[in-house]
Amino acid sequence: MSPLAMYVTERLVRLSGVDYVIVAFYFALVLAIGWYLKGRANTGEDFFMAGREMTAWVAGLSFLSANLGALELMGWAGSAYQYGILATHWYWIGAIPAMLFLALVMMPFYYISKTHSVPGYLKLRFGEPSRALSAISFAFMTVLMSGVNMFAMAKVMQIVLGWDINFSIWVSSLTVAIYVSLGGLRSAIFNEVLQFFLIWAGALLVPILGLYEAGGWGNLKIQIAQRASEQYVHLWSGLGHFTTNPMGIHWTGIVFGLGAVLSMGYWTTDFLVVQRILAAKDIRSAEIAPIIGAGFKMAVPLIVILPGLLGLAVLPVKLVPESVAAVTGGHSYNDVLPLMLARYCGPGLLGLGITALIAGFMSGMAGNVSAFTTVWTYDIYRPLINSKGTDRHYVNMGRWTTIVGVLISVGTAYLVMQFASIMDYVQALFSFFIAPLFGTVLLGMLWKRASGPGGFWGLLCGTLSSISMWAWVKVDPSALRYVALSPHAKALAQDMYQALWSFIVCVIVTVVVSLATKPKPYAELTGLVYGLTPVPSVGNIPFYEKPIFWAGVVIVVFVILNIIFW
Amino acid sequence: MISIWFFIGLSLLVNGALILSAGIYQLVNPPENPGVVFFNLHANVWWGAILFVVGLTYCLIFRPRRA
Repeated sequence: MSPLAMYVTERLVRLSGVDYVIVAFYFALVLAIGWYLKGRANTGEDFFMAGREMTAWVAGLSFLSANLGALELMGWAGSAYQYGILATHWYWIGAIPAMLFLALVMMPFYYISKTHSVPGYLKLRFGEPSRALSAISFAFMTVLMSGVNMFAMAKVMQIVLGWDINFSIWVSSLTVAIYVSLGGLRSAIFNEVLQFFLIWAGALLVPILGLYEAGGWGNLKIQIAQRASEQYVHLWSGLGHFTTNPMGIHWTGIVFGLGAVLSMGYWTTDFLVVQRILAAKDIRSAEIAPIIGAGFKMAVPLIVILPGLLGLAVLPVKLVPESVAAVTGGHSYNDVLPLMLARYCGPGLLGLGITALIAGFMSGMAGNVSAFTTVWTYDIYRPLINSKGTDRHYVNMGRWTTIVGVLISVGTAYLVMQFASIMDYVQALFSFFIAPLFGTVLLGMLWKRASGPGGFWGLLCGTLSSISMWAWVKVDPSALRYVALSPHAKALAQDMYQALWSFIVCVIVTVVVSLATKPKPYAELTGLVYGLTPVPSVGNIPFYEKPIFWAGVVIVVFVILNIIFW
Repeated sequence: MISIWFFIGLSLLVNGALILSAGIYQLVNPPENPGVVFFNLHANVWWGAILFVVGLTYCLIFRPRRA
């Protein structure tokens, strides 16, 4: 028995020698990049902010890539199999408007304030209590999420490749710990851009060969209608009522819950993604980077949603929910992407597809760890524990925090292995903070009258309201009819409405408390609030180089796509 | 400093070469049971070649130069 075979049990796909060489080459390359960049991470600006010298393309692709994890790819391909083309909403209305809003409205304030992080902006705008609440909750949840994702990915590697869970957890986490602690954010960003290319190179063949097998988009729609329902290929036409679409959601939930609140919260205030843009070299790059990300985000359904739809039409087996698969031994919805890879990809191509999944997981983890390291060092350690350290001291703290963060993630992964229900709780917890945080940051940027106490109490009450709604439905499932406005709502629909209500609570509390308390003097708000901040011009450049022009192009394509797949 | 795009090119070049080689080997020695749909299209040959050419182009354009 070879040493590798000791770690291999039953599997969904079987890799050949050349596939293993491709996977090994990926690990060697990311470690080599980390080693090469270690000499360029000596100052705080270098280690935590990548020297603020990333071009728009690098920042934009990294911004998108930090969100394009393996679980995201497999999970949404599975959702497309389960719910049909409705899953595309999370890539289009659930991302594009928010990315453009970040680019054109919010990024100037983040960039001009020269903050290191989103909690750092809250400190400048609302004061230390808001920063502490946001930083501690973000740091805590980020490492827990990283651990949950680590376990989930190791489980996927076990099911797909038959790899031992311990082997997957330790090899991937140690690799991430090494290259991030050596090269800091620059190393994480470089590897995220590499991952972006690997994902497209590894996954694009599935829709190409899948459409060839199905006989084109027209025939695919007919086959899906026969095997599932005609509503599986319509984005909007079934959203007039909760019962006329596979997801049990109404269009108001998609437009207001997902498009206006949840996605805005994620794409504009989650430091994991915003950190990539803060590393841009100038304001024009910082504005155009999210627009580049938005352009490519619109294309991602091609390699995520379409394989799920193709699976509905061409796979000879019927996929089932995870809980049923665990009992019957069949394949679950989440297996659709590996099954499609195995269907079309021979030796070499399969290795590249699997490498894309591993790369997605590792860069997602590196994103979590680098964001955690920055928030811990700049927003918790420096203001609350040791404010007199040298720049070198904080860089060393960042390197050690990277390693400790990875170890906490590994510990969380093992905890989840023992108590599987923790995974549901941690994933739910993370969503509690996103929507209220968006309310706080938005009011902070756009409303001069918002006061420090208003920001703090709005954020706290919004978060508590989200937790309360979640606990209410957990204790009494019939409460779904009130929280999500329908007893037919599925889990995703509940998330949408929960986000909407907690955002509204945050805004109302912030406004009421602000009007009852003393505002900050306007002189202290310069550079932080709309109306008091001269936003620097992107310069005298041709119209086709201006961010607003490209945002317009993206919006036009976005509208056309929604009409085509209505 | 070596450009990020050079590393991307290197990755595509090596992966393309490996996939193309595996595809050519299968073209010369067709397996009895290929195990994939559309084996006759030899996707690993043309996809490997595309990756190889794109990777080589990136490597040449963004190769490290002396300052």
